[in-house]
Amino acid sequence: MQIPYTVTARPDTGVVNAKLGTWLFLASEVMLFGALFSSYIFLRVGASEWPHGADILNVPVGTFNTLVLIGSSVTMVMSWASLKLSSFNRYRVYMGLTILLALVFLVVKSFEYNEKFSHHLFPETSTYLAIYFTLTGLHALHVIGGVIVNSYFWGPGSKMWKSEPERFTNRVEVAGLYWHFVDLVWIFLFPVLYLL
Amino acid sequence: MQNPTSVAEVKKHVRVYVVVFVALAALTLITVSASTFEVSTTAHIAIALFIAVVKGSLVASYFMHLISERKVIFGVLIITVIFFAGLLLLPVSDLSLHGSTTDVP
Repeated sequence: MQIPYTVTARPDTGVVNAKLGTWLFLASEVMLFGALFSSYIFLRVGASEWPHGADILNVPVGTFNTLVLIGSSVTMVMSWASLKLSSFNRYRVYMGLTILLALVFLVVKSFEYNEKFSHHLFPETSTYLAIYFTLTGLHALHVIGGVIVNSYFWGPGSKMWKSEPERFTNRVEVAGLYWHFVDLVWIFLFPVLYLL
Repeated sequence: MQNPTSVAEVKKHVRVYVVVFVALAALTLITVSASTFEVSTTAHIAIALFIAVVKGSLVASYFMHLISERKVIFGVLIITVIFFAGLLLLPVSDLSLHGSTTDVP
C-alpha cells in the first residue's frame, strides 16, 4: 500500500502526513511528562521541606550532560540541513555525531545512577529521589528510543536516500522533531531536579 | 515548516543553528551560576524557569522550525498547551483547597 503525502504536502493541512502525525505524537508526550511534572509540583508544594537538588546530585555532571544533549540537537538539525544541501556524506557524519552524543549522555547518566546506588540512594529512599529516578528514567528511555530510530536512519534506513531523497529528508526531519523534544524535556528537568 | 528551497537559504539556516547552540550553552551556564545567588527560593525558581522557557522557545522556534510552521501545527500546539496548563494547575488548586500533603523527606 502506498502511504500518501510523504513528499508533497497534503492540501488541507499544508504539511506532509508524517509531520502532522509526529506533532500529534509529541502532544501526547507533553501530556505524559506533564502528568509527572504535575505530580512533582503536587509533592513539592505540599511538602513542608524539600531537599536542595545540588546537595544530592552532581551539578557539574548534570551541566555537562545538558551541554551534550544540546550539542546533539544541533548535530541533528545539521544532519537534516546536510540532506537539504544534497550532501549525504555530511549527513552521515552529523547523524553519527548525534547518536554518539546521545550515547555519551546515557553513559554519564548510568554513572550518576550507579553513584547513587552505591550510596544506597534508591527511589524508595525519599520522595525526591523517587521523582528524580522516575523523571530521568523515563527521559532516558526516550533517549534510547531516539538512538534506535536515528541509528536506523544512519544505517539501513539511509538506503532510501538513493531512491527517494525527498521522502528520506522528511523522515529525518520528523525524527529530528522527536529528538529536539527529548532535548526540550531535559532543558526543564535539569534546573527542576538539579538546581532548585 | 515551509522548507528552505535554495542552497543559500539552507546555509543561512545553518548559521542560525550555530548561533542558537551558542545561546543555549551560554544560558545553561547562566542557569547554573544563577542557582548560587543568595536569593529566596521563589526567586530561584522564577529565574531558573524563566531561563528554561527561553531555552525551550529557542529549541522549538529554530530547531523544530516552529517559527515558520503551518497553522495546523499551531492548532495542535494550542490545544496541547491548554491541557498542559490545566494539568499543572490541578495540584495547585487541590493544595489551595486541602492544604499540605503529609510531610515528605
